[in-house]
Amino acid sequence: MARKAVRFALRFAAMAAAVSVIAARPSVALDASTPEQDFKVFREYFVKKFPKVPLEDFVNGPYSMNEDMRKQWIEKEDFPPYDFAVDRGKELMAQLFKNGKTLADCFPDKGIGIRQNYPYFDTDKGQVITLELAVNQCLEANGEKPYSYVKDDMAAVTAYMALTSRGKPMSVKIPNDPRALQAYEAGKQYFYQRRGQLNFSCASCHIQSPGERIRAEVLAPALGILNAMPIYRSEWGGMGTISRRFTTCNSQVRGTPLEPQDPEYRNLEYYLSYLSNGLPISGPGARP
Amino acid sequence: MRQFAMRRLIIPAVVAAALGTGFPAHAQAPDAAFKAALAEAEATNKRAGELRNQWTVTFAALAAARKAGEAGEFDKATKLAQDAKALAEASVAQSLREKDAWRDSELH
Repeated sequence: MARKAVRFALRFAAMAAAVSVIAARPSVALDASTPEQDFKVFREYFVKKFPKVPLEDFVNGPYSMNEDMRKQWIEKEDFPPYDFAVDRGKELMAQLFKNGKTLADCFPDKGIGIRQNYPYFDTDKGQVITLELAVNQCLEANGEKPYSYVKDDMAAVTAYMALTSRGKPMSVKIPNDPRALQAYEAGKQYFYQRRGQLNFSCASCHIQSPGERIRAEVLAPALGILNAMPIYRSEWGGMGTISRRFTTCNSQVRGTPLEPQDPEYRNLEYYLSYLSNGLPISGPGARP
Repeated sequence: MRQFAMRRLIIPAVVAAALGTGFPAHAQAPDAAFKAALAEAEATNKRAGELRNQWTVTFAALAAARKAGEAGEFDKATKLAQDAKALAEASVAQSLREKDAWRDSELH
């Protein structure tokens, strides 16, 4: 009788343990909000947090948050530090490859006014294609040497493409493909996950603390943060791409950056760009 | 005579046994502890790499440990390797925690 009771107790405990394991398993699919819900919540958060900032102004990053910086920026825009990069980018777009084609030939409308459509989800390749990746894919497909992803010619070409797209609303789409939604979700996860010895996530700075200072820098809001890319940064002493921004952010929290254009970075760009849909392209930008 | 001969054999054996506990340490290569600590730190940091979350400070500690090891400063090198392992362990723990914890900071 006693043995039976013990056996029953053990069986019951095993069943209870199994049930608790199932219950504790994260039900990601059930909990996950849709991109449309995220879009709404994200926008409402920033509008509520900064009621005096006009929606379109979030794309100007720290200048939308700090009046003194804004004044300096407006003066700087008379002779913008990214001008040389834009000129160089224009040249590179038209420069003939060894096969007689050009970079412009790889893009719709010769690459003019199309920045707002990047990144996009390529349903054939099943991955996110950023503008930077598309530039290098074009170069390689035509037997040319790819650019460094972080600065110089890549920054120049994307600066030119951004300038010709200024004012156009970001227009990133998530096609009806589970892989696209997966890429978006992975980007969201990367954005919120803490990393590095400082235990920071992207959200720690760009959701929780925009407008606050971190050392000498005023943190930019996540909303519209990529619309101004690429940027000239005085701190860098030159231009930098989205890849440069992401890798530098990782280093700043004492995390080892991934390779530029790693799928995780591309997914992050996809997520952030989607949430900035409708806001104007303001790149190339200039930052302290 | 026989007793004396036995004593000649036993005394050195007893003395050797008394000192015996110190022998392995002296016999061990002077860099053995450092090498073991470094291998552990590297293995843990590799695990952090598999989780795609290595820390720059871990690499800095590993580099400093190797440098001290090359200079023959094995006590310092061992301590630095242990520091590197602790950092790598923290990065692994962070990755495992953040696998689900990130949802707590998501905007809703």
